[in-house]
Amino acid sequence: MAEIYLDNNATTRVDPAVFEEMRPYFCELYGNPSSMHTFGGQVGGRLAEARERVAALLGCEPVEILFTSCGTEGDSTAMRSALEAQPEKRHLITTKVEHPAVLNLANHLVKKGYHLTLLGVDAEGMIDLDELRSSLRDDTALVSLMYANNETGTIFPIQAAAELVKSRGIPFHTDAVQAAGKLPLDLRTLPVDYLVLSGHKLHAPKGVGALFVRRRTPFRPFLIGGHQERGRRGGTENVPGIIALGKACELAGAHLAEENTRVRALRDRLEQGLLAAIPDARLNGHPTERLPNTSSLAFKFVEGEAILLLLDQKGICASSGSACTSGSLEPSHVLRAMGVPFTYAHGSIRFSLSRFTTEAEVDAVVAELPRIIERLRAISPFREDDAPTAVCTC
Amino acid sequence: MWDYTDKVKDHFLNPRNVGKIDDADAVGEVGSLACGDALRLFLKVENERIVDARFQTFGCGSAIASSSALTEMVKGKTLDEALLVTNRDIAEFLGGLPKEKMHCSVMGREALEAAINNYRGIETTQHELEGEVVCECFGVTDAQIRRAVEENDLKSVEDVTHYTKAGGGCERCLPDIERLLAEVRGAREARPAPAAAAPRKLTNLQRIQLVQKVIDEEIRPSLQADGGDLELVDVDGTTVYVSLRGTCTHCPSSQLTLKGGVEARLKEIVDPELQVVEVQ
Repeated sequence: MAEIYLDNNATTRVDPAVFEEMRPYFCELYGNPSSMHTFGGQVGGRLAEARERVAALLGCEPVEILFTSCGTEGDSTAMRSALEAQPEKRHLITTKVEHPAVLNLANHLVKKGYHLTLLGVDAEGMIDLDELRSSLRDDTALVSLMYANNETGTIFPIQAAAELVKSRGIPFHTDAVQAAGKLPLDLRTLPVDYLVLSGHKLHAPKGVGALFVRRRTPFRPFLIGGHQERGRRGGTENVPGIIALGKACELAGAHLAEENTRVRALRDRLEQGLLAAIPDARLNGHPTERLPNTSSLAFKFVEGEAILLLLDQKGICASSGSACTSGSLEPSHVLRAMGVPFTYAHGSIRFSLSRFTTEAEVDAVVAELPRIIERLRAISPFREDDAPTAVCTC
Repeated sequence: MWDYTDKVKDHFLNPRNVGKIDDADAVGEVGSLACGDALRLFLKVENERIVDARFQTFGCGSAIASSSALTEMVKGKTLDEALLVTNRDIAEFLGGLPKEKMHCSVMGREALEAAINNYRGIETTQHELEGEVVCECFGVTDAQIRRAVEENDLKSVEDVTHYTKAGGGCERCLPDIERLLAEVRGAREARPAPAAAAPRKLTNLQRIQLVQKVIDEEIRPSLQADGGDLELVDVDGTTVYVSLRGTCTHCPSSQLTLKGGVEARLKEIVDPELQVVEVQ
């Protein structure tokens, strides 16, 4: 069965060109860049080249890039560093819809005595800059806002938010794991202090990421050890991963226009096709300010995990914000924060495309999903005209 | 991806007895849209025996499979026999459920009780909400928690959440769940262990009837779902003679099905001495 992979916000296929670039660094050029011999030392030059490629994608200086193991490490490093550098400030601002890498750390910091403000979002998943403005305090140590949401694709107004926060002299961190490689980012004009990306979201392998730290931003290492990364991140470098990330960033820059034209058009074709074919369906997220590859749709009176299982039978990979998918008992924190009604929230499916997605794949989903929804609605007790008087006080 | 058994997948992909019974004698409803799963069970009853059972379910794969299994299990049973079906029976019928999905089997058992209460004129809402609500998020009462702990030998708060959903929302009720768990487990541990039940000694007639029942209710439906079938030819002492039908006759795994599936199940339910032999 041919696989139709529309779960690229979860992880992406490693681009074959990326794989070829990293391949020699496993069995042939396997030296440690910290070694004194030429065999190891020659690898150091390739790490510098990878750093330049990542910096080129982001519009920053190579020296401002730290290599990490993943997005979570980048977020933890940035947030803990900002707080540690200002021990007198005990207030943190983030949003209710962040990735757990930020949200769970923020909640953990509350237990350590920090005050936390969680900004809400509207029905389209958008923050309110006025709420951000009124939340800023003299003792605010950090504002952390994701660039784009992983579930809905809604893009936050990071430029305006960062300008507002920086005007008060407060450090600003953005988790750009979903945005990097999909949206043009230019740190020459975007006044953030910390920005995080992850390799496996842009066709590099898992286990590598990058953290941008603006020059002259106070920094405290999270991994304290050797001299690697100029003493800012101890641990032997993941050489093949870093080289892969450099190549992936170079390719992402080259494909940025395609991402925002061809991939966006495919996403729209999928979304419009499904919304036209399936009654009682709606979009989760912002209609226009949204990642070009992401479409989160909700289907009334059916449950997301059941939809995913039937899609899986057809070789179609997607994901869901429903409760049952995750083992949680409630729909995703993102959908709840947006106020998506329960009638829809439990039946939410996220499709996320990539530059490897084809028109034929999209058309196959548009052909299959309406039948799947119809099949599950035929089993469901819920109808507009025939809702059960179920015994449940929730 | 959940690790579902083949039987769960089969009952999800090919659910049995879907739909309404327009002239149902009993209807049981549990769950809600807000909770994320709901089951509406319809029963047709003649002389206190369930002659037909159908369902409508909103929920995940486990919820649909549990509902389908439940209808298969209760058809042919008297109402009193059906009331003996536990959530564990439903899960075992399916070859097990992930622990996080055990609440789906509980939903099945609750819907069955609600339907039988409905038939017998007992007000379901009073029955369901017996006790005090402990978990506001999912409307779970202390009586429901006590029962789940007691019937399933639950050992942790996490277990209680998996089986009843209590504590799966805001988590404010976790201390209450812990207290109830300690109470019920304390009471259980204080009870003297029951003496081991003597193994059932079946008469020949009882053995034949039970073999026939297991084959008809459990084994044949799952084989029929794949285009196969099995016929009971004879029972001679502890030897059960069967004949394969349909796609099973040419299936390379038929011996595995007979020994690993049919014989194992009959040994478990009827008599550990039973042997299954295929006849043409």
